[in-house]
Amino acid sequence: MARPAGDINAGSMADIAFLLLIFFLVTTTMDVETGIQRRLPPMPDENQQAEVEQINKRNIMVVLINSSDRLFAGGQEMHISMLKDKVKEFLTNPANLPDLPEKREKDIEGFGAVMVSRAVVSLQNDRGTSYNAYIQVQNELVKAFNEVRDEFAMRHFGKKYNSLEEDQQRIVRDAVPMSLSEREPREVKSRRR
Amino acid sequence: MAKFKTKTGKELKPLNTASLPDIVFMLLFFFMISVSFRQTERVVTIKLPEATEIAKLDRKDLASYINIGTPIPALQSQYGTEARIQLNDSFSTIDDIRDFIAASRESMSEADRPLMTVSLKVDENVRMGIITDVKQELRRCSALRIMYSTRRKSEQHNF
Repeated sequence: MARPAGDINAGSMADIAFLLLIFFLVTTTMDVETGIQRRLPPMPDENQQAEVEQINKRNIMVVLINSSDRLFAGGQEMHISMLKDKVKEFLTNPANLPDLPEKREKDIEGFGAVMVSRAVVSLQNDRGTSYNAYIQVQNELVKAFNEVRDEFAMRHFGKKYNSLEEDQQRIVRDAVPMSLSEREPREVKSRRR
Repeated sequence: MAKFKTKTGKELKPLNTASLPDIVFMLLFFFMISVSFRQTERVVTIKLPEATEIAKLDRKDLASYINIGTPIPALQSQYGTEARIQLNDSFSTIDDIRDFIAASRESMSEADRPLMTVSLKVDENVRMGIITDVKQELRRCSALRIMYSTRRKSEQHNF
């Protein structure tokens, strides 16, 4: 008859586990990757002449950052704190002013006709602009678009854009398109290394 | 009525620590799944700019990183203090980006390739010229999904 085996001494098990735990704690990073997501426009085909879309002057707003990080938007110099409201006014054109972007009726699937602004924000920067200034301006522009989308979503669905269903988000995206274009810097082509 | 036990001369039993390893293992597994390994060693110093309108990168495995910044102090005698591009572990030039993107594409499965995001980790003092060159090169490689890596803004402050 076999004698019942004595308990294995598991006292050091905790030590081993702690050792592993500390190893993982030290060698790993926990930071969540965050940032501003953008989509670059595809490179125009070289043998195909780039179709220059004629944009009415009233529909375009030029945001310019020069090499000393000074900001010009819509033809005037301004501080970055004013940029968001300026862009929002430009995007929504609440009073239907003739010098702000025109709106065109568009039929959105599953929602119906809605007046969509034809506004385009064009961001231009110099080669000497600092990255920080560029990101701050990008941030303000994205914020302006997000707030206009939130307002639209609030008005029609009673919720913020982020808490809408997938289908409703698509409707809002169609109604408030993110038309932010970045002008291709001219010197880039000649300065290829 | 229960009687109060009178203290006997018996030794106090040692605390039962049998469940301690289980607890520690639980912690260990939590860390093992929630973290990712530090893949590359930085050879440039990067202080990310701050922003408020940030989105989380949901598929870290589909991201490739382009670091741009000044070389770390130990390498400044060799490489100078001009902003440089770091791909993988070494300093690179604009022309290396094409191979880098091709290699990252190659390592992904066919279905994931269109979802590849290029995360630009750029120091806030770098000039836009080099970034514009990188962006043009990315457009040539049709790597169009990019992310400007930023920190969450903690306080109101402008440039």
